[in-house]
Amino acid sequence: MGDSKKVIIDVKNLSSGYGDLSVLENVSFEVYESEIFLIAGPSGCGKTTLLKNMIGLLPPFKGDIFIHGKSIVTSDWDEKRKLMRNFGVLYQTGALFGSLSLMENVALPIEEFTDYSPKEIIEIVNNKLKLVNLDGFQNFLPSELSGGMRKRAGLARAMALDPKILFFDEPSSGLDPITAANLDTLILDIRKNLGTTMVIVSHELDSIFNISDRVIILDHEAKGIISEGKPYDLREHNRDPRVAEFLDRKGMSRKLK
Amino acid sequence: MSEKDPKLEKNALREALKVLHPPEIRSGVVHIGEFTAKFCHDFVSLLAFIGEVASALWFAIRHPSKIRWKETVYFMDVCGSDAVPIVLLICFLMGLILGFQGAVQMHKFGTDIFVADLVGLSIVKELGPLMVAMICTGRAGSSFAAELATMKVSEEIDAMVTMGFVPSRFLIVPKIIALFAVMPVLTIYGDIVGILGGMFVGKVQLDIPVIAYYNRSMIAILPQYFMEGILKSLVFAILIAGIGCFRGLQASNDTQGVGRATTSAVVSGIFLVALFDTMLTVPFSHLWR
Repeated sequence: MGDSKKVIIDVKNLSSGYGDLSVLENVSFEVYESEIFLIAGPSGCGKTTLLKNMIGLLPPFKGDIFIHGKSIVTSDWDEKRKLMRNFGVLYQTGALFGSLSLMENVALPIEEFTDYSPKEIIEIVNNKLKLVNLDGFQNFLPSELSGGMRKRAGLARAMALDPKILFFDEPSSGLDPITAANLDTLILDIRKNLGTTMVIVSHELDSIFNISDRVIILDHEAKGIISEGKPYDLREHNRDPRVAEFLDRKGMSRKLK
Repeated sequence: MSEKDPKLEKNALREALKVLHPPEIRSGVVHIGEFTAKFCHDFVSLLAFIGEVASALWFAIRHPSKIRWKETVYFMDVCGSDAVPIVLLICFLMGLILGFQGAVQMHKFGTDIFVADLVGLSIVKELGPLMVAMICTGRAGSSFAAELATMKVSEEIDAMVTMGFVPSRFLIVPKIIALFAVMPVLTIYGDIVGILGGMFVGKVQLDIPVIAYYNRSMIAILPQYFMEGILKSLVFAILIAGIGCFRGLQASNDTQGVGRATTSAVVSGIFLVALFDTMLTVPFSHLWR
């Protein structure tokens, strides 16, 4: 099935960790165009490490990561920065710059990397904020917003330069179920309208089943991928007890029903 | 493993106790080794930081339009104009203290008028820039460290990197330029009120006419002495802003890290200011006798 689709991100034999601690060993996978790709697994399995490797914040021990065919591991910093402008990242807490208003936060990358006039920039920013339902909050500081709004604002900023790829670090963590569901809808809408490729790190089962096209599940002890496929297939046809345990909340979800 | 192995259990207990009460007493060798390793690690990362800041500053000099002037002006306001009252107060008191201490001794020898020399030279050459540096370490250095450390904890610096920015150009250059611009000005203010403090003592305690005190000060304080103080303040500005940013970026990713970064920014700031003050004072005192 992979042959017909265009590979956007290619992770090859990746080993990673911190100092002497090895977290991931020999991980390989591909992400295809316009796909919502989920990296799941219990806490401490290396999801965030893998994401940090992919967005170029943490150099892996071994292996390579290609984004649009260019390596983010071996490139020098000038090339890396150019590569980074092709993707947006939504951080766990939004990571908005606290001293700037929402307008300035979203405008920052546009001002810095494009030649638009100030008037055009304001228009672009207004459109982005409208897209995430934050129109009217242009002059608010991040500290004046709720957690969910901050995440949406972070998403608007991540999309400021119309990236072809978006990375999400735990998009629904710390949000109530309704806000989280709204964010999931927003993610689906963006993909439908813009065809953006998305890589999402999450342990939220709802997100896994609602939005993802394909999931990889990482495991702490295996130091790598224990399962890969469509979320429903994984639940129905998997034989690995660790995967079943994770997707089933250790059997709790059934008891609750 | 249903049967409990007593040896394993004992080990597990020991491990648990280690977590609860980490062993306090370490051998001297371990202590020295850890300190050396930390010191070397600090030194290497400081070198890397100096290199990065130098390249960012060089970039700023070549592309002045790329400097974040808005932030620069903001920091000039916060570190400069907001610090004026405390600088005026401290430096005036410094002049006053020096004047009183000097007046008692000088009066014994009938050399009252030389209080002007004592106060003027001490303030202009040494205490003016030093006091301003101490105030700026406490105000600016600590706030730079806290700001960058908080940005690091809240992933703002990571966000900046993945947006394709160079954080040092954005975060460090405006702070260094701002402090570099305001510290000499603060030093000039401090010098003036310090001399006024001495003059006050001269007038009240020793009955020296204001004009006589003024004239004596003008004779004693040569332009090069004044420039020495200003030059020192410029060096201190780079040190304070640099070490504040360095400690902030070095902070560990937790809330305690912010506090530790701030403390260590102030401590290393004071240390570096004292060290460079010594290193600058020796050649200057040989240059202009």
